[in-house]
Amino acid sequence: MDSLIQVHDLVKVYYLGEVEVQALRGISLSVEKGEFVAIMGASGSGKSTFMNILGFLDGPTAGQYLLEGIDGERLSKDELAEIRNRKIGFVFQGFNLLSRTSAIENVELPLVYARVPTHERREKALEALSQVGLKGRGYHRPNQLSGGEQQRVAIARALVNEPSILLADEPTGNLDSKTSGEIMEIFQRLNREMGITIIMITHEPDIASYAQRNILFKDGNIVDDRNVLSERVS
Amino acid sequence: MTTFFASLLIALRALMVNKMRSTLTMLGIIIGVGAVIAMIAVGTGAKTRIADQIASMGSNLLIVLSGSSTSGGMRMGAGTVPTLTFDDARAISVEIPSVKYVAPNLSGVAQVVYGNQNWSTIINGATPEIFEIRGWPLAAGRSFSQQDLDGAAKVCILGKTVADNLFGAIDPVGQIVRIKRVPFTVVGVLVAKGQSTWGQDQDDVIFVPLTAAQKRLFGMQFPGMVRGITVQAREAEGMKDAEKQITDLLRQRHRLSAGQDNDFSVRNLTEVMSSAEESADVMSRLLGAIASISLIVGGIGIMNIMLVSVTERTREIGIRIAVGAKSRDILLQFLIESLVLSLIGGTLGIGSGIAGTLILSSFTQWPTVFSVNAILLAFLFSGAVGVFFGFYPARKASLLNPIEALRYE
Repeated sequence: MDSLIQVHDLVKVYYLGEVEVQALRGISLSVEKGEFVAIMGASGSGKSTFMNILGFLDGPTAGQYLLEGIDGERLSKDELAEIRNRKIGFVFQGFNLLSRTSAIENVELPLVYARVPTHERREKALEALSQVGLKGRGYHRPNQLSGGEQQRVAIARALVNEPSILLADEPTGNLDSKTSGEIMEIFQRLNREMGITIIMITHEPDIASYAQRNILFKDGNIVDDRNVLSERVS
Repeated sequence: MTTFFASLLIALRALMVNKMRSTLTMLGIIIGVGAVIAMIAVGTGAKTRIADQIASMGSNLLIVLSGSSTSGGMRMGAGTVPTLTFDDARAISVEIPSVKYVAPNLSGVAQVVYGNQNWSTIINGATPEIFEIRGWPLAAGRSFSQQDLDGAAKVCILGKTVADNLFGAIDPVGQIVRIKRVPFTVVGVLVAKGQSTWGQDQDDVIFVPLTAAQKRLFGMQFPGMVRGITVQAREAEGMKDAEKQITDLLRQRHRLSAGQDNDFSVRNLTEVMSSAEESADVMSRLLGAIASISLIVGGIGIMNIMLVSVTERTREIGIRIAVGAKSRDILLQFLIESLVLSLIGGTLGIGSGIAGTLILSSFTQWPTVFSVNAILLAFLFSGAVGVFFGFYPARKASLLNPIEALRYE
């Protein structure tokens, strides 16, 4: 059976004016369904670029990326939007919630673009919120929630449309270590109990240790890829 | 449909967040739509007033006037040489089928006395047809009878202004007035007709039977002399033909040979009036056009604010695109926002336009007429302005790169 994610010799080149930046220099890897992967590396190592490509927000310069056998290269902008909507859930470092709308409406956002009817939307959003332990906080606005709670809303938003994969870009970057632990606990639970595939970028080794597999990026190459023998339990 | 309502809600909420800004932006549209409605109401009012005045003159009118006299090379103008007769009028009425009414007249100015009151006015010797042509009913009393005409009866019908000036509160019917010292019995009073297109008081007149004017007041240089003949054609389309037929008939009756000038003139009054109507029409269009400019300026205001809004909300747009919004979802969201802005402005503009017009007309006494079409048009135009000026910012939003948008601070 094919892997969930297959990446072959992925290259990404940026042009910052005259300067050519080699962000990815030939990445190959595969991720199976149900894995919890942490991607580590210093800033500028290309891990964020890699994440954008995995999330169909950006295309590679060369090489191939397949998600469940789908090649984004051949798809239009709107088709990519649909894949992001149905197969990918994003969690960002800065939470990226809509500040003027309530938590539950933030969670509903992907369902709005999936054309899900209103009542069904509310039901699913409530369920996703209870999965991240925010039952009853749905009608608060982001600025009335703590950082950890905001990130949990973002996780609920990423989960609500039952994606194939959850992509998290420095999910604990703006959080203290106690709250970070709580977020990792949620990730582990989602991964173990619901079999959700998670790929997470982090530069903190102790956050990476919550994952089953750690991949180390350096200067656009993978320099290390190993399974964590005894992952940390929160 | 779900997306549409969702977008509508998002738009309303976004507008609520910046209440002051939304209100100020709307103000441009409110003023624009209000100005369009008010200006069209004023223009239409002026047009309607002119149309009313035309109707009060009588429609499809041809005026036949006597020829001009020449005195030492100086030509004195139409009507100065009497050439028309009562028989000419009768001939027109009998021989030209497209003619509905013919009213010959002989008029002059004279002093009128009742008791210790006196008043100088136009004495119009006429036949009863004149009241039909001008659509002018009596307020009291009766019109002239055939007997009055045959016997040159000393009876008269007063215009409202004359009746008011001579009689005040007294009922004039049955009273006797002296016109050029000749006693005339008042048999009727006409209803008020108001000003003519040129500002003349149409009610400042006394009608007497044509024969009485001829024999008892102004005299005749030859039997049956009249100063002019008013002719009403049956249909507006037949006016040109009627004009030609009357000219031919009168040339024949006056025995004019081919090379001779007419010793009378025929004027088409409707043409004169319709040109007045046309100029009012041009005026109202002009007013409407000037007002629409303010609507366009309002549209530019919307565009400006929408551009600011798109920039401010770059990050929001990035989030939406990341979670699966397609280009058209974003486009629709911002288009609906500017449309809502302009349509709310349009609705309030209709209110302010109507209110403004009512205030204006109560201060200036200008006649104003609201037309549903103009109001609908202004409203739809405001919507079109919203879509037109909202499109560029909305498109700009829909084309944002999600990675850059998410990074935007």
